[in-house]
Amino acid sequence: MSRKLLEVENLQAFYDLSHVLQGVSISVMEGTVLSVLGRNGAGKTTLLNSIMAVLKKREGRILYAGKEIQSLPAYKIASLGIAYVPETRGIFPSLTVKENLEIAARKSVGTTNRETWNLDRVYQLFPQLKDRAQNGGAQLSGGEQQMLSIARALMTNPDLLILDEPTEGLAPRIVQEIESFLTELKKEGLTMLLVEQNLSFATSLADQIAVLGKGQIKWVGSPQQFMKEMEIQHTWLGV
Amino acid sequence: MYSDPTFLVIQTLNGLQLAMLLFLLSVGLSVVFGLMNIVNLAHGTLYMFGAYFGIWVYNLTESFWAALALAPLGVMLLGMFFYEILIKKLRNAPPLQQVLVTFGLIFVGLDAVRMSWGNLATSIPKPEIFSGSVLIFGEIYPSYRLFIIGLGILVMLVLYFCLERTRVGSIIRAGVDDREMVSCLGINVDLAFFGVFCIGCYLAGLSGVVAGAVFPVEPGMDMSVLILTLIVVVVGGLGSLKGAVVGSLMIGLAETYGQVFIPEYASVTIYALMAIILLKRPGGLFPARAVQ
Repeated sequence: MSRKLLEVENLQAFYDLSHVLQGVSISVMEGTVLSVLGRNGAGKTTLLNSIMAVLKKREGRILYAGKEIQSLPAYKIASLGIAYVPETRGIFPSLTVKENLEIAARKSVGTTNRETWNLDRVYQLFPQLKDRAQNGGAQLSGGEQQMLSIARALMTNPDLLILDEPTEGLAPRIVQEIESFLTELKKEGLTMLLVEQNLSFATSLADQIAVLGKGQIKWVGSPQQFMKEMEIQHTWLGV
Repeated sequence: MYSDPTFLVIQTLNGLQLAMLLFLLSVGLSVVFGLMNIVNLAHGTLYMFGAYFGIWVYNLTESFWAALALAPLGVMLLGMFFYEILIKKLRNAPPLQQVLVTFGLIFVGLDAVRMSWGNLATSIPKPEIFSGSVLIFGEIYPSYRLFIIGLGILVMLVLYFCLERTRVGSIIRAGVDDREMVSCLGINVDLAFFGVFCIGCYLAGLSGVVAGAVFPVEPGMDMSVLILTLIVVVVGGLGSLKGAVVGSLMIGLAETYGQVFIPEYASVTIYALMAIILLKRPGGLFPARAVQ
């Protein structure tokens, strides 16, 4: 009995004078993973920033669990059970790894009976972070920063995890590690909205693919269908 | 005389006393700057109100300690009032607007003080226990100055503990790093900022009461101290406790030593120091955020 956890309807977003998102509609079913693919500049990060109200200049409707959230401030949106792993990873350099995690700790607001994320459980999933607990956030490698950013998002015990290019700039071995973490999370039933440029990563994780090009959704379908759509891949992703 | 170690100790204590007053004033200003990019030039006005509220409470209660306990709270309430009617709306305004509005508040504050308490200089009597002197290496030294130094160190330690060892402290440090990311974790940064703003106002009021027993309390007492405070903030670097500590120690001591050892250059000592530091480190000594 799946329901739409996140719905974006006719979203328009602006940076200064440029009209970055031109009527984007997507929806993410509870317990599934939606991957949004697109080239650089297609508006992927803008879409996520608009959902999180990091970008405030936007129009359209955004619904979470059936409730409109587009007029809420970012902290209220997050506290409904949405966690964000931004492209920049957003690690706080002034805080230690442990403080980065602790600052986010929150009880689940959802009705799911998933196991609660706490410091111990996060350290189990990412043992590297435990070794680095007292290190400053600025002293981590790119891969470790990405893990910390995901781990920190989990500490909020979210029902929806939003990830912006989690594999960007990482070594293949780390990409594999992150893929296996996220697959585990998916098995637990965590809903995810993932923005990616890495096609194999995105398609292996996703239940649904949406292709974003020039600020509009150009195609939506299953990963299997997507693999056959050579023209879509060529035109909008340059594959 | 200059080589006399006792003289040096006495002057260092004087410098520390000034440094502690500057610290109480600059720490709130610096963290508010760093956390929300708000330039509040009226911070000195809060200091002046601290002193006048102190006198007011003293006249009612005849107790320095009552003044010390209550006047900073009054200043905090005043700060909260201005936050609600003005500062809140300036949060996303360009710096020039912030500067103009808060600069205007300085004049409003000045006239409000003149109308309420007149133009004459007055002062807060020192508490009995610190009204005497102590002997330091055979020199007589007013014990109240040692009280100021002790109070400053106490506040430093309390702030350090709160900032480094508590969750709220983590939120404030994280907010200075990346305010939006903190919001995206479901934390109300604006509320944390408001708290920091209130504490900044409280400390400005506290330094006003404390200073009111050593310096004349008069309209305009805020201007000279505002300039020194801004220099401390700039030299120390925006947004960090460490910057405020080191900046106030440097400026407090440089100002004092300058007046004693090179009186002919005293008026430029701290400005020269500031210029040298900013040439080497444009963001100040310990900015919380890297300079863009």
